[in-house]
Amino acid sequence: MITTDILIIGAGPTGLFTVFEAGLLKLKCHLIDALPQPGGQCSEIYPKKPIYDIPGFPEILAGDLTANLLEQSKQFKPGFTLGERAETIEKQDDGSFIVTTNKGTKHQAPIVAIAGGLGSFEPRKPPIPNISEYEDSGVEYMIKDPEVYRNKKVVIAGGGDSALDWAVFLTNVAEEVTLVHRRNEFRGALDSVDKVQELKNLGKINLITPAEIKGILGAGKVTGVAVEKKGEAPFIVDADHFIPLFGLSPKLGPIGNWGLEIEKNAIKVNNALDYQTNIPGIYAIGDVNTYPGKLKLILCGFHEATLMCQSAFQRIFPDKKYVMKYTTVGGIDGFDGTRKEAPKAVVKAIQ
Amino acid sequence: MSDITLKITDREGILHEVLAPTDMAMNLMEVVRAYELAPEGSIGVCGGMAMCASCQCYVKTNHELPEMGIDEDMMLAEAFYVEENSRLGCQIQMTLKMDGLEVELAPEI
Repeated sequence: MITTDILIIGAGPTGLFTVFEAGLLKLKCHLIDALPQPGGQCSEIYPKKPIYDIPGFPEILAGDLTANLLEQSKQFKPGFTLGERAETIEKQDDGSFIVTTNKGTKHQAPIVAIAGGLGSFEPRKPPIPNISEYEDSGVEYMIKDPEVYRNKKVVIAGGGDSALDWAVFLTNVAEEVTLVHRRNEFRGALDSVDKVQELKNLGKINLITPAEIKGILGAGKVTGVAVEKKGEAPFIVDADHFIPLFGLSPKLGPIGNWGLEIEKNAIKVNNALDYQTNIPGIYAIGDVNTYPGKLKLILCGFHEATLMCQSAFQRIFPDKKYVMKYTTVGGIDGFDGTRKEAPKAVVKAIQ
Repeated sequence: MSDITLKITDREGILHEVLAPTDMAMNLMEVVRAYELAPEGSIGVCGGMAMCASCQCYVKTNHELPEMGIDEDMMLAEAFYVEENSRLGCQIQMTLKMDGLEVELAPEI
């Protein structure tokens, strides 16, 4: 069991900044995220895109914002459960909550802060009629353990970085790698595209473009896929594994069944006070919440996180009175023993 | 008035005739959201960067649309249920030229 003060669901910008604000109040945080890396949408969808409305940053790339937020909060030593989706929540007799992920990892905390954005990112599944029948027997939407593909025949579909990168990687593992994309052009980083071109020329990647996978074959497990080139009759490519890599899309998912008041796919909160939900002790901050006048902006998430931490502190320590201190005045004492503080003025007489 | 009229068929097949302003720098995806013709979270997921295809729609009239940029083209190359007349709503700005445009929202992924 992982225990912490504030359990944050979602490691996007709002969740990451919560670690910093909580740290100022000496509260420890642990974050759960379905993605394998922190940053949420900023790292998954648009890491190379600029954001222009982060106060104090005339322009910052989403990926750099994520890196900065991690750097800003690192002295408060947040814990991470990445690549797992928060599945269930159970309230305990002492008022705390136990949140369990889809992989069974349990987390206990007196405060839960849902900073889940638009939800957890789920793979986009191509609309091939019988695809779900093969989900545990040859169809994988993400690659967890490349060894599974050793000496196997693999077909990858998609045109982005992950399709290109995995196609390249698996040439060293699999018996045969086929890459299918609807266009001749690829969207991935230039060197990945060049690498695929090189491996294609060497005959190590079987590139089929412009084409689409129209069907999956096999009794009980994948033995091949039906590939259709535009305007031509479909043909069969033998395969032990079919890996469609069409990116991820966010879904509110299991959080929608936690008994929270939901409106327009977002969690209703009390914005007059502390962004608490209808369940005391559970807060919702950032894009995942809604209230009159809500704006889904990163900067609003930062503000919500800050006020939420104050309320969390009061819930955990009802008898303590917190006196707000400016970081410039009080400095920052990390949980790792580090201290940041404003340099002292030097007083020296002029002779 | 600088409003234009659009006909938008939602994912349930219901036709909506709506007015869209041309002086608010809005795109088609934002019009759909403003009128709540698709549930929040199911459209405009990436905010309008042509990076998610959740605002894909089928254009049913012969309007002269803004030329497709490379981002939109590549995104549609990876989207599902793509047809010859598929476009991303976030890349279609509301201008007077779009008056009378008829579109149908593509299925949700």
